[in-house]
Amino acid sequence: MTLADILASLFPEGHGVTVADGLVTGHGPLDGRTLHVVGIDGDTPLGVDGALTLSAAVLDVMRAADKAPILVAIDSDSQRMSRRDELLGLNECLAHLAKALLLADRSGHPTIGLIYGHSAAGAFIATALATRVLAALPGANPSVMDLPSVARVTKLPLEKLQQMAKSTPVFAPGLDNMVAAGAVHVVLDPERPLHAQILGLIADLPSHDVRDRLGQERGGRPVARDIAARVAGQARAG
Amino acid sequence: MPDVTDPQTLSWYEASARQRVANLLDAGTFEEFVGPAERAMSPHLPLFDLPRAFDDGIVVGRGTLGGKSVLAAAQEGRFMGGAFGEIHGAKLVGLLRAALDVKPAAVLILFDTGGVRLQEANAGETAIAETMRAITDARAAGISVIGLIGGRAGCFGGGGLIAGTCSRLAVSESGRISVSGPEVIETNKGAEEFDSRDRALVWRTMGGKHRRLTGSADAYCEDTVAAFRQAAIDLIETAPRFDLAMLEAEQGRLEARLHRFGACRDATEIWAQLGINDPDAVPAMTDAAFQEIAAGVTEASHDAR
Amino acid sequence: MESLTFRHTTKTPLAGAKPLAITGVVASGNLEVLLERVLPPNACEVAVETPIGGYGDVWEAVVADFVARAQPGGLRISINDGGARPDTVSLRLLQGARLMEG
Repeated sequence: MTLADILASLFPEGHGVTVADGLVTGHGPLDGRTLHVVGIDGDTPLGVDGALTLSAAVLDVMRAADKAPILVAIDSDSQRMSRRDELLGLNECLAHLAKALLLADRSGHPTIGLIYGHSAAGAFIATALATRVLAALPGANPSVMDLPSVARVTKLPLEKLQQMAKSTPVFAPGLDNMVAAGAVHVVLDPERPLHAQILGLIADLPSHDVRDRLGQERGGRPVARDIAARVAGQARAG
Repeated sequence: MPDVTDPQTLSWYEASARQRVANLLDAGTFEEFVGPAERAMSPHLPLFDLPRAFDDGIVVGRGTLGGKSVLAAAQEGRFMGGAFGEIHGAKLVGLLRAALDVKPAAVLILFDTGGVRLQEANAGETAIAETMRAITDARAAGISVIGLIGGRAGCFGGGGLIAGTCSRLAVSESGRISVSGPEVIETNKGAEEFDSRDRALVWRTMGGKHRRLTGSADAYCEDTVAAFRQAAIDLIETAPRFDLAMLEAEQGRLEARLHRFGACRDATEIWAQLGINDPDAVPAMTDAAFQEIAAGVTEASHDAR
Repeated sequence: MESLTFRHTTKTPLAGAKPLAITGVVASGNLEVLLERVLPPNACEVAVETPIGGYGDVWEAVVADFVARAQPGGLRISINDGGARPDTVSLRLLQGARLMEG
């Protein structure tokens, strides 16, 4: 689905969501309430400027203190890779955006991620992965790194990696593998109205971070949940 | 403890994760969770014919620092570049989640990481997201999360984002913080954009001195475990709150940075605008001389983090 | 990956009472050695995981030399190898034994 399709399905009565330089901001009516939207469209890389534009929009929502939910709609590239971005502290700007989303969520604004295209690496962590619940649409393509780049870094033949990717979800790019890791909670049905599906997610928010449980149940992250629980258990004992 | 040597002279950069944590905390107080004897090793690395480590490259546990109870995690930058794999990340996540119940004075994260371990990329990336959520949960509960950065692997990729989530950061000159590493930028955008072999450029753009002068880090240490220990003790006392007022202040701080320095091509131009008389002298400056200069830069010290 | 295990009988137990020690790091040309005092006082077992296959006889000789010198009775020693040279392996094993005595 394109962003326009998504917004039409979310807001049948119309909306005030706009896109400028690949950055999505605005809101629309959802079942008598407001749904705020921030996001990235068109496979746009996220740099220092874009991160602060989006974080400013999230802080604006928080100031209103109406507990309105925030949809984080993502079709991005990775973080913008440039000397200027790193010189200006890209790590701080991306972390600031993530912190804004995390604070909004804990302040009563439910945060729902929606990945409908690509996203990768730092841009993915700072946006979609900083929400309470991350949904995806079929055809989305989240990744950490594409396989040819993985081949370059690991010095393994691409053919071997492609073969391994079929049986080992833990390293391979793509939506199915991110679902298996528990990073993506649910894949939505594009044939049904999105506004009902998003309302359903808001009504059924997990009370805490369940991604490691999902990763264990789905087999994409077989041991993380147990290890985290073991460490926490030993820390709490004695 | 076997690894205790003289922290006054022990180099943070050269030390192992175990040496760092043992010498950072009060002597003999470190107690490890899910230690090497439990053999919590990566289930994935053998598929790549890669050796595993008994601790998956991270040491987590508790101890005291200046008499206060703390939780601590130390990444080993020499094992797989300190990168986040499934178990490595889960150990940090578990530690941070426990902080809500244990209520330590602080959680210390001794960063030494290239980012996500590509052989376990999805698990590592998700663990980084879980870590950031757990850090903000801990901070909102009033627990300081202090990052210490000066290891050989630096603090790159998702590690840089986690660092940006901490309450306070201490760096040494070697403490490079960045999202895209020099090689990643060069591979994707070419050597004209970033020549990763130009080490002076790397240090100027990502190194501890630049990060301290621009307020990306709150303390600058000489490269000894003792200096990081003192910085950690001091920083715990001054950790900012995690609330809307702080984030508004950080928004203003970062916007001001982009506005003032957005057209600068090199760190030396930024340092000049920060009021440093001889910016070209900064890279070769001694730690003591640099600390004096940094103390005079108003932008370097703030509570907007 | 290749797994090797060597079992030895020692004349004496290793001095000291320390139950556990670890030394070294898994990195290129390096290795980590985990030592646990869990075996009968005259027994020593050394288990090696190495990514570099085909050097079983070299490992056997290095381990036998270490056992003869250190008499590490009571220890189970586990090695994660990152491709270390034999002299590095010897050094780490002796370091580990010293830690257990300390």
